[in-house]
Amino acid sequence: MSEDELPGNSSQQAFLRGLTQPRLTRQNFLRGAAGTALAALTPQISRAATVTDWNAWWAAQKPSDQFVFANWPYYIDVQGNGSDHPSIDAFTKQTGIKVKYMEVIQNNAPFYAQIAPVLKSGQPTGYDMIVMTNHWELTELILQKWLVPLWKEKVPNFAKYASPSVVSPAYDPGNKYTMAWQSGFTGIAYNPKLTKREITSFEDLWDPAFAGHVGMFNDNTELGSAALLKLGIDPATSTPEDWHKAAATLRDQKDKGLVRQYYDQSYINALQNGDIWITQAWSGDIYQANSKGYKDLKFVVPKEGIMMWHDNMAIPVGAKNPLSALAWMNYYYTPEAAGIIEDYINYICPVPAAKDYILNVIKDPAVANSPLVFPSDTDLKKTHDFYAFKSYAEFQKWNSIFNPIIQA
Amino acid sequence: MRRLRGKLSPYLLSLPSWVYLLMFFLIPLGSMLGMALATGDPLDGYTMSDNFQEFVDAFTNYQDTFYRSFWYGTASTVATLLLAYPVAYWIAFHAGRYKSSFLFLIMLPFFVSFVIRVEAWQFILADEGFIFGPLKSIGLLPQNFHVLSTQWAVIGGLVYNSFAYYVLPLYVVLEKIDRRLVRAANDLYASPPTAFVKIVLPLSAPGVFAGFLLVFVTNVGDFVNADILGGPGTYMIGNVIQDAFFVNQDYPMAAALSSMLMLMLMIAILLYSKAFGTDAIQEYAA
Repeated sequence: MSEDELPGNSSQQAFLRGLTQPRLTRQNFLRGAAGTALAALTPQISRAATVTDWNAWWAAQKPSDQFVFANWPYYIDVQGNGSDHPSIDAFTKQTGIKVKYMEVIQNNAPFYAQIAPVLKSGQPTGYDMIVMTNHWELTELILQKWLVPLWKEKVPNFAKYASPSVVSPAYDPGNKYTMAWQSGFTGIAYNPKLTKREITSFEDLWDPAFAGHVGMFNDNTELGSAALLKLGIDPATSTPEDWHKAAATLRDQKDKGLVRQYYDQSYINALQNGDIWITQAWSGDIYQANSKGYKDLKFVVPKEGIMMWHDNMAIPVGAKNPLSALAWMNYYYTPEAAGIIEDYINYICPVPAAKDYILNVIKDPAVANSPLVFPSDTDLKKTHDFYAFKSYAEFQKWNSIFNPIIQA
Repeated sequence: MRRLRGKLSPYLLSLPSWVYLLMFFLIPLGSMLGMALATGDPLDGYTMSDNFQEFVDAFTNYQDTFYRSFWYGTASTVATLLLAYPVAYWIAFHAGRYKSSFLFLIMLPFFVSFVIRVEAWQFILADEGFIFGPLKSIGLLPQNFHVLSTQWAVIGGLVYNSFAYYVLPLYVVLEKIDRRLVRAANDLYASPPTAFVKIVLPLSAPGVFAGFLLVFVTNVGDFVNADILGGPGTYMIGNVIQDAFFVNQDYPMAAALSSMLMLMLMIAILLYSKAFGTDAIQEYAA
């Protein structure tokens, strides 16, 4: 049911956000117009002093016996009635640290919109650890200095067990602020009964035979990256000139009537309902659709390569229990913990050694041998990262090029 | 002194409404207009300026989206009126003692979340769903036929969602009409259609007018129907504003677009009330 509810949720949240969001603008606006009469009406919020010496800050932190973990729904192992998480129980048993686990992140942009005003006013968010995708919002948190630089010595397991695909990524060189929670593929999914042939390439999303039944993503980072791969350009090193070329081919696809709709998570419904035959897709969704009974649906790694995204653990400034959060990160990067969690969530595990644990201890060869959960080195060589925006201006440039395709 | 207080008391009594308007309408409106003119970005903050270029950009980039939103708004409101009027009429004049039951039935779907109801249409109208699937397999519909992702799906969604909001104001005015007037018309040899056109329709005009405003303003700014039922080329201005705000974090653009939408709606309403205005309605009804 989760996928069924997600699109509805996103619109519904948009309503709530519509009600809460203006505070952010008003605040920004007031900051700009500090001298005006309007500003005089509101109390000035004093900003907490920014930390300059993080080593000293870490040294001053005291160990605690709990921490608050904000994560996405259905993103950790579950046992029994849904509130019991074996991996968390084992962690508490090992370290004595209790975890307050909250499934409060539905999407990057709305979650960022929730915490940004709080962080801007220098208040703690109430979370000791959050999970964010390597999209603009994560970059923004780093640029705003709203993430605590990690104390690496406390997380020795990361160096020991982390997959090369999550070590020192372009969006966070040296893993200064983040460590991956899960990765995932954005490739192509299709229904062979409707396409009536095998799909191997991004070119197939432009095949006139599928006119009106092609699904594309309305997330313009994903949309633009697919077009760049189709043109044989690596999105991570692309230039604005490439972006224009990619936009032109996307416009062509739209003008020829190939695109059914630019989808959010609801693409999976449309694919299951037969509205679309071939679509951009997230690997985890197709894996879950298959196990829910839609066995026809197939996920492919196109020959041009595939996009790989990463959801990352990070500690927001103002966190009250940062040492406990680090202890969790260190715990997560062990084959046992990562294995227990991975056996349940089935995206891409950042700990390759968990494969043996799942195979030999949990005895679940379906997950351990799945190339979507533990991709082979050859598959990993075909992966590409998103372009990591370096400034708001770059982000805006990308938007100004790709938005008109979806919006016009 | 007492006379003075007598003169002031209506103003004093209305003070809470004025404070409310100031706090929740005028100040936010001012800050929205200010944001539209500001320069800066979310990282470095914004400064006040007189950046009217934002309005020019907003209009040149999204002109078509504005036209489209107004077309969807008008089409859906007229369609809702045509559907809601007979229903309201029937309930007011012929439902007898079941009036409140029927009104309750009309309101019933609205106890379910708005988004869930729109979502349900996605399943009902699916290409291979339980309606179109069988029709296609027996050859009554071409294989490529689809309703979702077209402008008709979006307009249909808007009509469906605004139906009750039009029935209620229409019902209220129709219910109040003095039945003796209709009977008098019949006694004077007016045929039922004539009696309807000469008596019922003019007397229900205030309901038609009020319902039109209520539905039109909400529908023009809607983004949920286009989001869930639409396709490429059905983007409404509400969707663009939502993107500008939440996804692109382009707050000046979002504010400029919102201000323009508000201004355009105000002009449309002004023209509308000039044409079919309240004064004319009052005279007509009198």
